[in-house]
Amino acid sequence: MSVELEVFVGNNTMMDEDVYQLWLDGYAVNDAVRLRMEAGELRDCDVSTDVVLSDTMDQFRTFQMCEKLLHSPSKLANQLLFQIPPQKQAMMIERYYQFDRPFAREVLGKKLSKGMKKDLDDISSKTGILVKSCRRQFDNFKRVFKVVEELQGPLVDNVQRHFLVSDSLAKDYAAIVFFANSRFETGKRKLQYLSFQDFAFCAGQLISYWTVGAVDKMMEDIDVDLEKEFLHNLKDLKVLINNKDMLDQHKSLVCAQLRGRIKVFSEMDANFKNLSRALVNIAANLTHNKDVRDLFIDLVEKFIEPCKSDKWPVGDLRLFLTHYTSTAHMLETFRYKPIWDRYMGVIKSCVLKMYHD
Amino acid sequence: MPGKLKAKIVAGRHLPVMDRASDLTDAFVEVKFGNTTFKTDVYPKSLNPQWNSGWFKFEVDDEDLQDEPLQITVLDHDTYSANDAIGKVYIDIDPLLCSEAATVISGWLPIYDTIHGIRGEINVLVKVDLFNDLNRFRQSSCGVKFFCTTSIPRCYRAVMVHGFVEELVVNEDPEYQWIDRIRTPRASNEARQRLISLMSGELQRKIGLKVLEMGGNAVVGYLQCFDLEGESGIVVRAIGTACTLEKLTNPPSNAQHTANSSPSKDIRESPAACVSGCRSSHSSPVHGAASRLAQGFSVSYPTLLFSGMGSGGSAGKEAGPLKTLLRQQTQTALEQREFPFFTLSSFPPGFLSHVGGVVSARSVKLLDRIHNPALGSSRSYKLLDWNSGTADEPETRDAWWEELRQEIKSHAKALGCHAVVGYSESTSICEEVCILSAAGTAAVLNCRFLQESCQDTLTEHRLSRQLPLFPSGSDKVEFDLGSSASLGCEDLAPPGCGFCHIPYDELNMPFPAQLSYCCCCRRAKVPDVLFTTIDLPTEATITGKGCLIQARLCRLKKKGQGEANATCISSLLPFMEYELHTQLLNKLKLRGMNALFGLRIQISVGENMLVGLASATGVYLSALPSPGGIQIAGKNPGDLSYEQHVSNMQRKINDTITKNRDIYQINPPEVVEEVIGSPIPEPRQRSRLFRSQSESSDELSELDLSHGKKDAFVLEIDDTDAVEDIHCLLTDAPTPPGFFSCNTEIMPGIHNWTSGLQMFTSVRVFRLSNANLTNQGLNKIFNELCENLLKSLYFKLRSMVPCCLCHLNFAVAVPEDELIQVAVTAVAMSFHKDQIQDSNKSGEDRTAMKVITEDQLQFPMELSAETTPAQLLSAAKNSGPSDCSTSGLARAPSVDYSSFADRCSTWIEQLRLRAHTIRRGSIKTTSSLERGSPLPDGRSRSLRSTRSFHGSSVAVVKMTPLSFIPGAKIIKYLGIINMFFIRETTSLREEGGVSGFLHTFIAEVFAMVRAHVAALGGNAVVSYSMKECVFMENPNKNQAQCLINVSGDAVIFTRETDLETSSTQLQAANPQSNEDTPA
Repeated sequence: MSVELEVFVGNNTMMDEDVYQLWLDGYAVNDAVRLRMEAGELRDCDVSTDVVLSDTMDQFRTFQMCEKLLHSPSKLANQLLFQIPPQKQAMMIERYYQFDRPFAREVLGKKLSKGMKKDLDDISSKTGILVKSCRRQFDNFKRVFKVVEELQGPLVDNVQRHFLVSDSLAKDYAAIVFFANSRFETGKRKLQYLSFQDFAFCAGQLISYWTVGAVDKMMEDIDVDLEKEFLHNLKDLKVLINNKDMLDQHKSLVCAQLRGRIKVFSEMDANFKNLSRALVNIAANLTHNKDVRDLFIDLVEKFIEPCKSDKWPVGDLRLFLTHYTSTAHMLETFRYKPIWDRYMGVIKSCVLKMYHD
Repeated sequence: MPGKLKAKIVAGRHLPVMDRASDLTDAFVEVKFGNTTFKTDVYPKSLNPQWNSGWFKFEVDDEDLQDEPLQITVLDHDTYSANDAIGKVYIDIDPLLCSEAATVISGWLPIYDTIHGIRGEINVLVKVDLFNDLNRFRQSSCGVKFFCTTSIPRCYRAVMVHGFVEELVVNEDPEYQWIDRIRTPRASNEARQRLISLMSGELQRKIGLKVLEMGGNAVVGYLQCFDLEGESGIVVRAIGTACTLEKLTNPPSNAQHTANSSPSKDIRESPAACVSGCRSSHSSPVHGAASRLAQGFSVSYPTLLFSGMGSGGSAGKEAGPLKTLLRQQTQTALEQREFPFFTLSSFPPGFLSHVGGVVSARSVKLLDRIHNPALGSSRSYKLLDWNSGTADEPETRDAWWEELRQEIKSHAKALGCHAVVGYSESTSICEEVCILSAAGTAAVLNCRFLQESCQDTLTEHRLSRQLPLFPSGSDKVEFDLGSSASLGCEDLAPPGCGFCHIPYDELNMPFPAQLSYCCCCRRAKVPDVLFTTIDLPTEATITGKGCLIQARLCRLKKKGQGEANATCISSLLPFMEYELHTQLLNKLKLRGMNALFGLRIQISVGENMLVGLASATGVYLSALPSPGGIQIAGKNPGDLSYEQHVSNMQRKINDTITKNRDIYQINPPEVVEEVIGSPIPEPRQRSRLFRSQSESSDELSELDLSHGKKDAFVLEIDDTDAVEDIHCLLTDAPTPPGFFSCNTEIMPGIHNWTSGLQMFTSVRVFRLSNANLTNQGLNKIFNELCENLLKSLYFKLRSMVPCCLCHLNFAVAVPEDELIQVAVTAVAMSFHKDQIQDSNKSGEDRTAMKVITEDQLQFPMELSAETTPAQLLSAAKNSGPSDCSTSGLARAPSVDYSSFADRCSTWIEQLRLRAHTIRRGSIKTTSSLERGSPLPDGRSRSLRSTRSFHGSSVAVVKMTPLSFIPGAKIIKYLGIINMFFIRETTSLREEGGVSGFLHTFIAEVFAMVRAHVAALGGNAVVSYSMKECVFMENPNKNQAQCLINVSGDAVIFTRETDLETSSTQLQAANPQSNEDTPA
C-alpha cells in the first residue's frame, strides 16, 4: 500500500521561501522534511510527516522545473508555464544566484572550466556546503562568466542586465568574473587569511580604475581586462627607485610629513627604500601576465608582511601610503604623475583592505 | 454561407534547439484549416523567429468554422531529411463567431507537443469575417453563446429559460484503429486530439441548432463529457440549458450590483434586476426530502426507493387550491418538453418554488454488446465518417441516456415535482462495462420563468398580488391585494423557506418521512432533512456556517467478464447507494445540520472493486427542524463491558456534535446576535412573534442539544460493520482553525471575500499492494486517502487563512487493478475575519449610508411586529432603482435608491443595518456600518493596486471553478474554453517519475488555458473544471500517458475599485497584476 503519485498544482505557483532555501542549499527531500519538522515554522499546525513530505516534494519539483528558466532569468518574466508574481520572481532569481562566500573564496581566481568536479567535492567537505549547492553556485559562476565575458560595457551593468540580480550581488559577480578572467592567484597559503569580501573589494578597485572602461566610459571595449597601455606605462615608474637622488628625495619628503605623526616612524625610516622598491617593482612587472596573476601574493609578501612584522597600525599605514603617493608630485624630475596616482590609488585601498590587524 | 477566416503568424520565441550542430532552429509554420494548408517562409537559425507573415485567408462554410479548429504546426526545416515537427497549437474559432464575444485572437500561445510538452511559444493573430446567414435550413448555429457557468451569467439577464438540450456524437477511437499499430505514438495522440476537437466542435454546433430551434440564443450550464469506450469508440456528449439571454446594458443598475462584494448575493442579483417585483414562492403545504435511486442493467431497471430518514409522519395542513392551479399551469408548460431538466444549479430568486429531493438513476451497460455494423464492415480511417457509416451508434447511446432520463423524470413525478434542477450526467467505464449515472434535484418551478418573458411579468405582476400571509393567525397584516389576472400562478410564502416546503401530497407520500411545520413560517410542512444537488438558493435562511461532508465507500467485487460482471455490478449498486446515503445522513447529524446542497455521488467501477464517493455541503436550514442526535443502541444489553463500550461511544458522539455546533456556529439564539453568521437573522424573531399563537410546541426544544429525544437517530451496533461505520464517522478530522470547505459555489455564511484566490488541482494515486483486502480494510484506506488529501490541502494553503476551499470537486477513478485515483480541483478564497475593517470607507459613503438607515428606519419599526424583516427586505430589494416609485406595496419606503446606487453596497447591507436596528430597538446604528458591511477594505486595496509591478510581460489570468470573482465585476464573456490534451512519455524516470510527469502536464494545461484566454483578450476563466484526467502508466517500460479535458468561460473582469474611479475602463483588456494571491 503506497502512494503512487501525488501532485498539487496551483494556478499561481505556490512556493515557500524557506523550502526554496532548503532546496538551494542542496538538501535531499528527506533531509529537508526533517529540517522543516524540526524548525519552529510548523509547530503551530498539527501536521504529519507525510503531509510535509508531499508538500516538500511538490515544491522541490516546482523548483526543478523552474531551474531551467532561472538559468536565463529574463525568460522567467515572459514564460507562460508558471504564473508567478513579479516580486516573487525577483526573489527567486536573487536567491538562486546568491552564493556562499566561503565557497566563492575557494573558487576565486580559478579557471571556471569543467575540471572542477573533483574540486567541488573537496570544497564541499572543506566548507560544509552540500555538493549540490556547490554545483549550483559553480554553475552560476560559469554561466555568468560565459555570458558576460564577451560583452562590452560596464561589467556590473552587464551582469545586472542579463541576470536581473540586485546591485550588490551583481558587484560580487563582477569580482568573480574579473578574478576568473585574469586568473589572480588567491589560493596560496599566505593569502588564506583574506576573505571573499577583501578580494571582491580589490576587484572593484581594479575594475574601476585599471580597466579601459575606467578611463573612458564611452570606450567600446571589454571591462574584464586590465588596460594594456596602462600596464605598459607602469614600467616608467621604475625611475622612482632606479634614480638614487629621486629615491632619497622621496624618502626625505615622506619623512618630513610623517615625523611625529606615526608610531612606527623609525621602522619606516629604516625600511623606506625596501618598501618603495617593493611597490614600484610590483608596478613595473605588471606587464607580464604571470606577475599580474601574482599581484596579491606579491603585495602580501613584499609589502604587507614586512609592515606586519614591524607591527604597523592601520592608521600609520594609511598615513604612510597617503604621503608616499602625494609627495611624489613634489619630485621635480618625476614626469609620470597621472600614472602614479592611478596606480597608487588602487594599491593604497587594496593594501589597506588586505591589511588585517 | 461562407465566412472568411484570417490568420497571421507573427513570431516565435523560446523555441527548442532542433539542430544540434548549430544549437539553433530553422523554423517555419504550417497553418491548416479544413483541407487548406498555408506555409510561412523558413526563418533560419533562430530560436526566436520573426515570420511576420501576411494574412492567410481561408474561405469556408460557417459550419466548418464551428466544427474545425485552426491548426498551427511549427516545424524545423531540414534540407536533407523530413522536416521535424516542433509542436502544434489548436485554436478554437468559436469565440470569434459570436458578435458579443471576442473579436480577435491575438497573443503568445504555447506550442504543444504530445511527447515533449510545451516547446516555446508562437505569436498569432486570428480574425473572422462572417456574413449573415438567413438560410432557414442551415446546418450551422453561429452566434449561439455557450456558458459553462451553471447560473445565469452576470451581465446577462434571462428573458426566458427554454429548457434541456442534449446531443452526442460518436466516432472510432484512433488509438484502437489498425493504423495505430504502424504509426508513432505521437501521430496517434495527435489524431486523437484533433478528432476530439472536431467532435466537440460538431457537438456544440448541433446543440446550437437545437437551441435556435427552441428560439433561444444561449446555452447555460453547458456540460460536455468524453467517454473513451476503448474498442467501441469515443462518445462525446453534452447537456445544457437553453436560454434566451439579454445583455444588461444599463450601467446604473449594474453599478449597484458591482458595489456588492458579496458574490453569493451578486450572483442572483443580476437576474433579479429583471425580475424584481416577482419574488415569491408558494404557501403550499408540506413536502419532504427524498432520495430515490434506480439502477438498471440491460433492459430492466429495478428501482429502489428509499429515504434515509426515521419513520413517522404528521398530519397535513390545508392544501391551497391555488397550489393545484399552479401545478397544473406549470405542469402544462413543462410537459410540452420531453425532459423538464435544468443543468443550472443556482437560480434567480423565486424560480424554485419547492424542492423535493435528490433523484438519481444509474444503469449498467455492456459496451461490447452494441450492435455496431460500422466497426465490423469498414475499418477505413476517416475522421468525419460517423454521419454515414456509424450513423447507428449515437442512436444506441441516445437510447441509453433516454431511458435514464425517463427514469429521472418519473422519480421526480413521484415526488410531486414537475422539473429536475441541478441535473448532470456521468459515466464510469472499466473494460466493457459502463455505468451511466444521472442525478438532479426534483423541484417545482415558478412557471413564470419558463414561458412568458420575465419582462412582461415584471410589469404585470410587480409586487401587487399578495395573499394573506398567515391565514390562521389573528394579528395579521393586511396587505394590498392587487388585481391580477394570473393570481393563481403564485402565492407568497416567507421567501427564506418556501423552497423547503414539500411539493408532494403528504397523505400520499412516496416514502415514509418525518414531517414537521416549517420553522420559519409555521404554515407548511417541511421534511427533517433535505438533500439537493443545487447550490444553496440565495433567499434561503441558514443558521451558522456550512461544511463539506463526504461519504466514502469501497466494495470489492469478483473479477468477471461480460454479462456476469455487469449483473454483479448492478446488484452491488443499490447497496452502495444506500450506504453512502446512510453515511451522509450520519455525518450530517454529527455536524448538527439538516440539509445537503451540491450533492454529487460518484460511483466508479474497476476490475475488482467499486468505489463510491459522495460529496456535499451541509448546512443548517433555519426552516427545517433541528436534527436529533445520534443514539447508539447495543444489541445485547446484558453484557456490562459491552454496555460501557456503547456508552463511551455515545459520549464521544455527543461531544462531537456539541463541538461541531460550536465550530459551525449552529446555535440559533446566538446567531441572531451575530450578523456575520446569518445575513437574515429572523428565525428567532419569528419564533418569538408566533409563540403565542403557534400550535407547534417544540420550537425552543428544537434548538436543544439534547440527543436523547425520541426522534434521535438510532444506530444499532449489531455487528462489526456497524462498529466500523461509527468509527468511520468519528475519524473525519475537523478542518483546521481558519479553514472552511464546501463543494458549492460559496460557503453559506461567509460574505466578505478578499480578492485573494488560488485555484488548484491535486491528484493522488494510491496503490493497493495487498491482494486480499476486506471491504473494511479497503474503506479505511480510501477514507484515509481522502482525509490525507484534504489535510494536505489545508497545509499547503495555510498562508491564506482565514480561507475557504470552495467548489471542492473530487473525482475518483479506478484506473487499474490496484490503483485508486482521486483528483481534486477547487479554489481557495481568503476572506476578512472581522468585518470591522470596512469602517474606513470614505466619509461620504458613511453619511450617505446614515441617511439611508434613518430613512428606512421607520417602516421596519412600524411593521416589525407583524411581519418579518426579510419580507421587508425583499420588498426593499424589489423596489430597485427603476421601479421603486411604482411599487405596489403601499407602505414601501420611497427612498431614492439611484442616488446612492453606486455607493451603497447592496440590499444585504441595508438588510443588516435594519436587522440591527430592529434588534436593538435603537435608531443610532452608525456603528453597525462597521460590522455590517461586507465590502472589503477599500483603502488597503487601493494601496495594493498602486504597487503593481510592471516587470512582467505576461498578463495575469485568474482561474476559478466558481462563476464569479470576488470583489470584481465580470464585464464580458468571451466564449467557452474547451480543451483536450494528451501527453505521453517514454522517459518517465527522466521526467521525475509519475509525479513529475503529471505535475508538468497539469502546469502545462493551466498555462495553455491562460494563454488562450489572454489571446482572447480575457483576464480570467470562471466556471473552470477539469472534467477528465485519465492517467495510465507502465513504469516497467518507463512510459506514461495522460489525457486531460478542461473547460470554462473566458471573461474580462474589472475590479470594483477600478469601476468606482472610472467607469470607462470597460474595455480594459490588460489585467491588473496587483491582485495576485499570496502564493
